[in-house]
Amino acid sequence: MDQSKIKEAKAKWAQSDPDLAKLSPRHTDWGDPVESLYTPADVQEQDYLEQLGFPGEHPFARGVYPSMYLGRPWTVRQYSGYDSPKDTNARFRYLLEQGQTGLSVAFDLPTQIGYDSDHPMSAGEVGKVGVPVDTLEDMEVIFEGLPLDKLSTSMTINAPSAIMLAMYVSIGKKQGLEPKVLRGTLQNDVLKEYTVRGTYIFPPKPSIRLVTDIFEYCSKNVPRFNTINVAGYHMREAGCSAVQEIAFAFSNAIAYIEAGLEAGLDIDKFAPRISWIFNTNNKIFEEVAKYRAARRIWAEMLRDRFGAKDPRSCMLRFHTQTSGASLTAQQPLNNVVRVAYQTLAAVLAGAQSIAACSYDEALSLPTEESVRTSLRTQQILREETGVTDTIDPMGGSYYMEALTNQLYARIKELMAEVEEMGGAVEAIEKGFVQKEIERRAYDIQKQVELGEQVVVGVNKYAIEEDEQEVLVESNPQAEQDQIQRLQALKNRRSQDKVNSALAALKQQAQGDGALMPVIIEAVEAYASLGEICGVLREVFGEYQPVRTI
Amino acid sequence: MSKRIRVLAAKPGLDGHDRGIKVVCAGLKDAGMEVIYTGLRQTPEAIVAAAMQEDVDVIALSTLSGAHNQHLPRVAQLLREKDAQHILLVAGGIVPPHDRVSLREKGVSEIFGPGTTMTQIAEFIRTNVSLS
Repeated sequence: MDQSKIKEAKAKWAQSDPDLAKLSPRHTDWGDPVESLYTPADVQEQDYLEQLGFPGEHPFARGVYPSMYLGRPWTVRQYSGYDSPKDTNARFRYLLEQGQTGLSVAFDLPTQIGYDSDHPMSAGEVGKVGVPVDTLEDMEVIFEGLPLDKLSTSMTINAPSAIMLAMYVSIGKKQGLEPKVLRGTLQNDVLKEYTVRGTYIFPPKPSIRLVTDIFEYCSKNVPRFNTINVAGYHMREAGCSAVQEIAFAFSNAIAYIEAGLEAGLDIDKFAPRISWIFNTNNKIFEEVAKYRAARRIWAEMLRDRFGAKDPRSCMLRFHTQTSGASLTAQQPLNNVVRVAYQTLAAVLAGAQSIAACSYDEALSLPTEESVRTSLRTQQILREETGVTDTIDPMGGSYYMEALTNQLYARIKELMAEVEEMGGAVEAIEKGFVQKEIERRAYDIQKQVELGEQVVVGVNKYAIEEDEQEVLVESNPQAEQDQIQRLQALKNRRSQDKVNSALAALKQQAQGDGALMPVIIEAVEAYASLGEICGVLREVFGEYQPVRTI
Repeated sequence: MSKRIRVLAAKPGLDGHDRGIKVVCAGLKDAGMEVIYTGLRQTPEAIVAAAMQEDVDVIALSTLSGAHNQHLPRVAQLLREKDAQHILLVAGGIVPPHDRVSLREKGVSEIFGPGTTMTQIAEFIRTNVSLS
């Protein structure tokens, strides 16, 4: 078909209805205009084999595995962690009984920031947003009766990732398992902690040293573990666009890769274990296109820039969570619908693993009923709707392909801008990433207040509502109980063993040798997370945030 | 109407969710107030000390980690101890209704929940602030 004929016919069509001519243009999440209609003329430049290819083949735009969901459905992985190690163990058993296929551990803030439960900064925070882990003993309780060789466990931990990995390896040993059979994921993405998430401890340089140390240790000992879960998710929650989400996350990943290469690692030894967490938001088609474009950019970059030979290095395998920030405290049941649409987008995009938010998240910790509804949302999609019957079902839609091409270009433009600044670390130290995200968060809020961006139940279709009483509250005793457990353990353990393990750690940290072996030794001596991080704080110093306001 | 309202904004405790507080800071600035944001991981002691030093009219705190009952009453108590009750104390975040009641009794003037607009917050501050 002659493309110019299509364009001509389209122009004629656009005049055919006065309403069409009057329309004010719609815009994508990142600000480009959206056409009222897409035609083959919008994708005429597309080279199918070069730009899309087949699932499981370079550049993986249509999916990372040849058979995708026909071979194996995505992993259903809800995020949880409660009050105490014991309660968390009970919740995990419940989720597995209900058909969940992977675990995802939420840690409390003291754990994420490397303070023990009895540290003054921990007061009031123990067990609040996840489970507290002070020592190996807590991890033993969390995973009691859960055979690690039958599970994959994702751990949302960043600055203290090496310590949590050491604990996981140690409980594996106690179950008689070699590290090589363990499967799971560490978040371990410290750069986004500086920009949006806030659980940083050390400055960038030693933080990245810990990351590459984990790359190296795992490539030799725990080859099935995802050593890092680079996150676009949190930046998107903080307000950035779909383009910024991918571009900033990829820029952070480049910093980790370059550090790994500098440490002398072979790209194909660690790149296959880089995994991702992204945010699936409200705009269904844009979200699907985002992942298709991202897979292509990643594959091309790994092959062409970093010289990866192993196709697995080029595969963008990702976990996604629906957007918590899109949920409302008003008319909370509406969130069930939002979560379902976002989950649908994630499935249409070929996600490897999905966490669907709970509808009561804007109010409190989720109830058992709301968690079950999220689980069922995924199961209904998988087993009732037929959306998994064919691979990349949106592929070939003129709109979808045009959006994918546009996102591909926009993401690369922004990545180039970050590169020009000297890369992710410099862009963060200059406050560029933070300011970009903050500005957009403010713009969105203004649009919502002006009614330009609709939030159903909040600035449109609002109703008078009684205040929702909260059903789940954290146990007020949890903090004291945890502190007592820690004290009891400290009295029981061999202080000599702890002291010598911590001294060895300090010495190793002061040099440039591998840290994982000494951390494992410290963990197995039941040194606490706070003690281990304390030694590292002493040697590495602490990060001082960049002021952007 | 001469003096501009001065606001100290901070995140008490270990919570890192700062989208809300940063948006509120920008909104209050646009509403004509002077805003000093001291960032994450602020102790109640540091917050009150900074508020006194900067001679602010308002302290605006954000907390989403569930640790509000720990940090907010402590800030109110320190303000009383320092005889600085003229400083208006407000907070925002996810705080259950019954906690909001008890926090108001303990000296937090208002707690803004999800869905509150920047306009509402600025309006509340203007109405309730006592300019020294």
